[in-house]
Amino acid sequence: MRRFAPRFVALGYLTVILLAPLAMVFWRTFEHGLSPFWHSLSSQETLHAFQVTLMITAIAVPLNTVFGVVVGLAIVRRRFPGKGLLNAFIDLPLALSPVVVGLSLFLLYGRTGWFGSWLTRHGVQMLFAWPSMALATIFVSVPFVAREVIPTLRELGDEQEQAASTLGASPWQTFWRITLPSIRWAVVYGVVLTTARCLGEYGAVAIVSGRIVGKTETATLLVQDSYERFDATGAYTVGLVLAAIAVVVLVIMTLTKPKESTA
Amino acid sequence: MSIEIRNVTKRFGEYAAVDGFSLEVASGSLTALLGPSGSGKSTLLRIVAGLETPDEGEVVLAGELATELAPQKRGVGFVFQHYAAFKHMTVRDNVAFGLKIRKRPKDEIAARVDELLKLVGLQAYGARYPAQLSGGQRQRMALARALAPEPKVLLLDEPFGALDARVRAELRDWLRRLHDEVHVTTVFVTHDQEEAMEVADRVAVLNEGRLEQVGTPVELYDTPTSEFVMRFVGDAHRLADRLVRPHDIALAREPSGRAVEVEVERITLLGADVRVDLVDGHGERLVARVPREELEELGLERGEILWAQPAAERVFVD
Repeated sequence: MRRFAPRFVALGYLTVILLAPLAMVFWRTFEHGLSPFWHSLSSQETLHAFQVTLMITAIAVPLNTVFGVVVGLAIVRRRFPGKGLLNAFIDLPLALSPVVVGLSLFLLYGRTGWFGSWLTRHGVQMLFAWPSMALATIFVSVPFVAREVIPTLRELGDEQEQAASTLGASPWQTFWRITLPSIRWAVVYGVVLTTARCLGEYGAVAIVSGRIVGKTETATLLVQDSYERFDATGAYTVGLVLAAIAVVVLVIMTLTKPKESTA
Repeated sequence: MSIEIRNVTKRFGEYAAVDGFSLEVASGSLTALLGPSGSGKSTLLRIVAGLETPDEGEVVLAGELATELAPQKRGVGFVFQHYAAFKHMTVRDNVAFGLKIRKRPKDEIAARVDELLKLVGLQAYGARYPAQLSGGQRQRMALARALAPEPKVLLLDEPFGALDARVRAELRDWLRRLHDEVHVTTVFVTHDQEEAMEVADRVAVLNEGRLEQVGTPVELYDTPTSEFVMRFVGDAHRLADRLVRPHDIALAREPSGRAVEVEVERITLLGADVRVDLVDGHGERLVARVPREELEELGLERGEILWAQPAAERVFVD
């Protein structure tokens, strides 16, 4: 019996912390059958909110993927002054509350902010529009690819890359043919986590978006908004879809990831 | 292709791993860089390959200055101690890598890979991944991969260091035969004097980043120019202020000339030879190696007092 104790504790903990709330959302969404769910899902408002979320995610994920791989390579393979500082800075978004991120962007890009005043004069609208929302989302999802890639690169070592160079490969060819294929699962994992973070971002975007319904409202903002308008079904529906995306992504990742984590 | 290393120095911080080293390697030869760990031999090999940049000095490959040349432009094949196999590629793809980079026609690549896999005895393993091979097989794959683009120079960094004794001995013979077949200028690094003496035409002995001596295995063994070389490339013992090889000690029952009084501590039969462990009057231990008949003639036994005299000796004055 004793050897089962740890797994009961682990499962019990996960049930209370993770599964119960998810089950609750699921139950509430379909409490009155499928049609209210379908009705809120197909509403203009919901569709638009998901569109905004997906667009911002589609901007943030590729940028942070490229950034994460480049920074990972720089930190693991190169020596340069300020490397330790850079390594620490990558984690800043994890330590900083998204609300603070939103606030700082608000101050920076507001009409009187350092960048904001210049941009306003040149007719660029950052706040209450997608550019600042994308920026906020990029900020909060910076660490994930780099944090996955760095330990994998360390473990990989640089001998294979050196071997490739003695075999005639240029640094660019070595990157595409040796380095990237060797860290591909770390990159995939990082992309998945980044995507999840982008889809779920609330605090920073809430501040800079101005929450204009049908314009700058993302899926997570819509959940809060619906809830405040006593549209519980609407809130649950969007919440469920967000949760479902997360679960599906995790399942696909678990199924496709090879047994050896770095192979 | 010949290799010239001219006055190369490489420092890591304050420490000079290679210190004013010069060596010429003749085209088509098989040379060993021999030295204890930390003697700078691997660093030197990596400098020749372009994987490290020297702080001072020059590397000349086939008469052309290569010091500033990137590794991919040097036309060298490099074999690493830990194989550096491309883990995400099959054995075939590993071997084909250098040819694919050079954009050779597909059928030419396939033919060359087949030829090399046969040469290293891995014909049946082309579709496997490196993880499915033994250490010795991985190293042979790495060799085939290095040879595929027809390098002008083959460099091997402790190529058998990670393998067990039996596979080591096998691959040693195999490297020797391969070199007789392929004739590519080959330099390999080792800390194992037996390996260097057995495989190489010429051996360069390194000590603390400097060249101690370079020569054929016989030259190094018979006419070492320093105490370091004498001690490193074979057993050497001190007999009354002189260094002698164990088989250069003559044993007699009667004192004569400069003979030293010694006591027999142990007698061990080693086939045709006998090893005799001796202690002199100062408690200094030395080992003599004598043919079995000679020992039987003397009728030696443990605890006996004998007179040892160097039959051939070296004196090194620093």
